[in-house]
Amino acid sequence: MLTKRIIPCLDIKDGRTVKGINFLELRDAGDPVELAEIYARSGADELVFLDISATEEKRKTLAELVLRVAEKVNIPFTVGGGISSVEDVDILLKNGADKVSINSSAIKNPQLINDLAAKFGNQCITVAIDAKKIDGEWIVHLMGGQIPTELNLFDWAKEVEKRGAGEILFTSMNNDGTKNGFANEALARLSSELHIPIIASGGAGNMQHFCDTFKEGKADAALAASVFHFKEIEIIDLKQELRRNGIAVRI
Amino acid sequence: MKIVIIDYGAGNIQSIKFAIKRLGYEAVLSKDVEEISNADKVIFPGVGEAGSAMKMLRSTGLDKLIPTLKQPVLGICLGMQLMCKSSEEGNTQGLGIFDVKVVKFNDGLKVPQIGWNQIFNLESQLFEGVNENEYVYLVHSYYVPECEETIAKTEYGVEYTSAIKKDNFYGVQFHPEKSSDAGAKILENFLKLEVRN
Repeated sequence: MLTKRIIPCLDIKDGRTVKGINFLELRDAGDPVELAEIYARSGADELVFLDISATEEKRKTLAELVLRVAEKVNIPFTVGGGISSVEDVDILLKNGADKVSINSSAIKNPQLINDLAAKFGNQCITVAIDAKKIDGEWIVHLMGGQIPTELNLFDWAKEVEKRGAGEILFTSMNNDGTKNGFANEALARLSSELHIPIIASGGAGNMQHFCDTFKEGKADAALAASVFHFKEIEIIDLKQELRRNGIAVRI
Repeated sequence: MKIVIIDYGAGNIQSIKFAIKRLGYEAVLSKDVEEISNADKVIFPGVGEAGSAMKMLRSTGLDKLIPTLKQPVLGICLGMQLMCKSSEEGNTQGLGIFDVKVVKFNDGLKVPQIGWNQIFNLESQLFEGVNENEYVYLVHSYYVPECEETIAKTEYGVEYTSAIKKDNFYGVQFHPEKSSDAGAKILENFLKLEVRN
C-alpha cells in the first residue's frame, strides 16, 4: 500500500541550516548534509531543502550542496527557493535532486510550469503554494507569504495541475508557526478537487495533528520543521502512532 | 568490475552513481557503444517522458545496442518501461525486450504515484536478503501490467509489475538508489550477479 510521507524541511542559507537545530549527535550543527543523513536514518521518507539566501553566489552554493546531499543521502529530496528558470532546474536535477519546488516564479510566469514539466517530466516538479484565509477566501501569497495576489488557492492549484505540476506543497499561513494543527479543511478540498498528491505544511505541533491531516485533510504527505529540529517529535514515534491509528506508513 | 551507466541525457544519473559508490564500487557514465558493450554490468536509467527518451536513444543508436547486450542489464524506472514493447505515454514504441505494453494508471487514482510502497511475490536473486513487503520509493504515472516475466509486484489501484526479468535483462520500477537500505541491497545484489559468458 502506498504510504503517507513524513517530510522534515531544512531551511538553508549560504549552504548552512539556519533554524536552531537541537541534535546532540550533530558534530556540526549547521551542516545540512549531516542533518539530512540523520533524518534519513531516523525514518524520514523524504527531505525538503528550502534555500532562503539572497546572495549572488546563491545558485552555485545550492548546486554544490545538492551534490553533497546526493552523495550521502539514500532517500529522495526536493530543493526549493528562488528557482526561476529551466537552467536553474537542470543543474539541480543533474546534481542529484529528485524534485524541485517552485513558488513565486510560477505565479509570475505560469508558463514555467509547462516548460519544466515538458523538459524534465511532471514527476519532479512540485509547486509550492502559500495561502492565507482572508474574509473566508483563501488568497495565494507571494514572497514567502508577504504579498497577497489576486489568485484564489483552489483556482490556482487547478491551473498548476493542468500546466503539469506533479505535486502541490500547500502552506497555510494562518496555521504556519501556530503549532495548532494543519489547515485540514482546505487540504481536504484540494485533495478532492485535484488528481495529484498534496503535501500539507504549516501548523504541526503534536502527533495528533499529523494523524488529523492524513485522515481529515486527506493529505498524501506532511511537512514540518521545528517539531523535528527541536526533537519535540521523533519521527519513529510519530510513525508508530500513525500506524496505531490505521494510517499506512513506512517503518 | 566495470559498471557503466548509460548516459543518454535522461534521468537522475548522479544519484545512481553515488548509490553505487556507497556500495564500494565505481561506475562510469557512457553513451559509447564499445564501452557499454564491454562493461560487466550495465545500468539503464530514465526519468522523464517515454517519447523523448526513445528519441534520444534512437539518435545515438543505443536503441539497437541495448537489446543485444549479453551482460546483466538493469533498467530503472523509465528505463524498465522503455525495455517493454510499447508505452501508452506518447504512444511510444519501446525496445521490445519484454513483450508487454506499458499503460497509464486508472483515472480515479492520484497520478503520479509518488512515495514509498511495498514490493511482494519476490523472485530472483535480485531480492536475496530482501523481505516480502519491503518498502521502496516510486515515482511514476504509467505501469507495466503483470506478465510472465514479473519478479516483484506492487499494488496501486491494481497489482502491477514492479520488477521484471528475462535472461540477462532486469528492470525495476522503483528507484533502488533512493530506497534506503533495501534499495542499496537490491542494487548490490544486481552488481554481484554472475556474468554469463
